Amino acid sequence: MSYTLQFGQIWPFLPRLLEGAVVSLQIAVLAFCGGLLIGTVCAGVRSFGPRWLARIVGLYVVFFTNTPQLVQIYFLYFALPDMGILLSSFMAVVIGMTLNAGAYLTEIQRAGFESRRASEMEAAEVMGFSRIQQIRYVILPHVARVLFPPLSNQFIIVTLGTSMAAVFGVEELTGEAFNINAQTFRSIEIFSVTAGIYVVLTLAASVGLALLGRAVFRARTELI
Amino acid sequence: MHHLDITGLEARYGEHTVLSGIDLTVGRADVIGLIGPSGSGKSTILRVLMGLLPPVGGTVKLDGTAVNYADAAQVRRLRERIAIVFQQYNLFQNMSVLENVCVAPVKIKKRPRREVEEEARALLAKVGLGDKLKRYPDELSGGQQQRVAIVRALALHPEILLLDEVTAALDPELVSEVLDTIRLLAKEGMTMLIVSHEMAFIREVASRVVFMAGGRIVETGAPAQIFDAPVEARTQDFVSKILRH
Amino acid sequence: MWSQIVEEWPRFATYYNFIFIAKAAGMTLGLSALGCILGTLIGLALAVTRVTRSPWLRPLRILALLFTEVFRRVPFLVTLMLCFFAFQATGFDIPLFVVAAVSVTVIAGAFLAEIIRGGFRSVHQNQWEAAATMNFSLLDTIRLVILPQAWRIVLPPAFGYFVMFIKDTALASQIGVIELTYVGKVLNNKGFSAALSFGVILIVYFAISYPLARLGTLLEARLASSRHHRA
Ligand SMILES: Nc1ncnc2c1ncn2[C@@H]1O[C@H](COP(=O)(O)OP(=O)(O)OP(=O)(O)O)[C@@H](O)[C@H]1O
Ligand SMILES: [Mg+2]
Repeated sequence: MSYTLQFGQIWPFLPRLLEGAVVSLQIAVLAFCGGLLIGTVCAGVRSFGPRWLARIVGLYVVFFTNTPQLVQIYFLYFALPDMGILLSSFMAVVIGMTLNAGAYLTEIQRAGFESRRASEMEAAEVMGFSRIQQIRYVILPHVARVLFPPLSNQFIIVTLGTSMAAVFGVEELTGEAFNINAQTFRSIEIFSVTAGIYVVLTLAASVGLALLGRAVFRARTELI
Repeated sequence: MHHLDITGLEARYGEHTVLSGIDLTVGRADVIGLIGPSGSGKSTILRVLMGLLPPVGGTVKLDGTAVNYADAAQVRRLRERIAIVFQQYNLFQNMSVLENVCVAPVKIKKRPRREVEEEARALLAKVGLGDKLKRYPDELSGGQQQRVAIVRALALHPEILLLDEVTAALDPELVSEVLDTIRLLAKEGMTMLIVSHEMAFIREVASRVVFMAGGRIVETGAPAQIFDAPVEARTQDFVSKILRH
Repeated sequence: MWSQIVEEWPRFATYYNFIFIAKAAGMTLGLSALGCILGTLIGLALAVTRVTRSPWLRPLRILALLFTEVFRRVPFLVTLMLCFFAFQATGFDIPLFVVAAVSVTVIAGAFLAEIIRGGFRSVHQNQWEAAATMNFSLLDTIRLVILPQAWRIVLPPAFGYFVMFIKDTALASQIGVIELTYVGKVLNNKGFSAALSFGVILIVYFAISYPLARLGTLLEARLASSRHHRA
């Protein structure tokens, strides 16, 4: 059997792939923002909270960062209904990815918070700053600058992770690729184009975030 | 025929011109002392000669044959004949003293290890490092590293030796030791370019002194002339300042 | 949920299921280990290609750059599908394990290339220059001077990726490789509750990943504290 590449056949499906890409981005933004919220709270608890609560957060982080996201979502999607909680596949994916991202973002932000000590010393040297002013003008900008590059990086990881939503039938970019593949059987073409869209998407996100980081936080991010 | 013949040499770091119009002839067994203020381009000349920074203009002739620095094979042949001791020593951090000296002769030039090691031990003993063979660079003082770097260059049996600030990290006792070594090498007919801030050392060992400033050669002459009766105002200024302390 | 699990447990905890899961765990580990070992070789080749200087090798350098940039920006599932269909198009009957291993290798190669390149760059420029002036070839420079110094920088993140790949290979279940996640689905289809099937699988993953992750942290601390450059 010989397979000849015929990209012509799949161009009409490009709009559907792009619609899928929009859904992918939606999932990524939802999961990342939710994860950021969880991560900020949990990192705060781990750095400044009571011991017992920090322990619990630690368990959460260790469990979610040491098991596959796919199986976590399987669990949510198939096990929760037994307990009377029905989730749509979209919701299961978003919740699973949010919890997963939250765990990684806790770790990242905790490292950022810990690096605040050095900048506090600096702040002490700036005479006449109140505590609030120290936080406002020295510590926050410092933490933001340190955190921005790893956070951008995590956003890219989350974006790539959205592709496993296809496993649950969500019609995001990879899901649409599966659908179109079932209609046309031009598998290699479809998945190459899909791969290309992911490259463009994440490249645009990287460059955009790096520029943003440079402009706002004077973060030292490499463009590529 | 000159051993080394440099004409109109020009070099840049990016847009920044660091050497321009360098003319210098070096005879066989000449010992040239390169002096000048910090940032005047002394190290850069040595780097260009070694092919680490491709020149943007001018020619370098080795024994009358022009070197094309864009040609990797020619640069390789050049590096078989010229060795350099870097200002920062550049010793291999992952190798012991002995290994630093032996690695190139054994692994690159494929000489027998026994013979190379014997020679290395003798040379290292001569510069007072006989008991440091198994030490690593980060366990040595600056002056000790410097001497290892000199021995490493000598073990390559170069015709021309480029020395960048070899005495900067040495105490006076060792300066005289290194000085002896260099004088001996000169007597054996090795051609040398020596960058140094140590004027007494240069006066002692150099057959000719080159004063540089701002990426150009300002004045060239015998040591006595440069140090005692400089012609150019720029040289007078530099020499008077440096001799005052 | 608990009562259900307690009720199912005697039926679940059979020798047969235990062997089934153990074999799958072996597959998961084997897939990650193989992918990472081959990926390291590819990553090393890519990293070396990218530090060459010769103008003739420029096309190769661009290819290496494209490979690393592209495969770090394509989801594992998509790469897996591409490999799956590309192998299918050859018409040969290629085992699914090979398809999955190739996918993991490709992606691991791209990520490890970046890590190794970072390690190369962490070695001071003057080490490269000293080697160059003594006529070391690029490969000699890397073998004798750069790698012995860079491996301490490279090892912790490389190990981190290895641990990450253990989790990423879960997607290989999608093409039918019988690894842990696949077994979770099979057990679930056999009638065990999802909580039990996937719960057990999650625990097995954790039992593999957590000790390795701890080992990685330990390794990093060890390497960071011994600041000697010795090999
Ligand atoms: N890697 C580099 N990139 C850019 N500019 C450089 C670089 N190395 C040196 N320069 C510049 O080139 C000029 C000459 O430097 P060079 O190192 O040759 O001076 P030098 O005479 O050896 O000084 P010193 O006595 O301090 O060693 C300086 O202005 C320096 O700033
Ligand atoms: Mg210098």
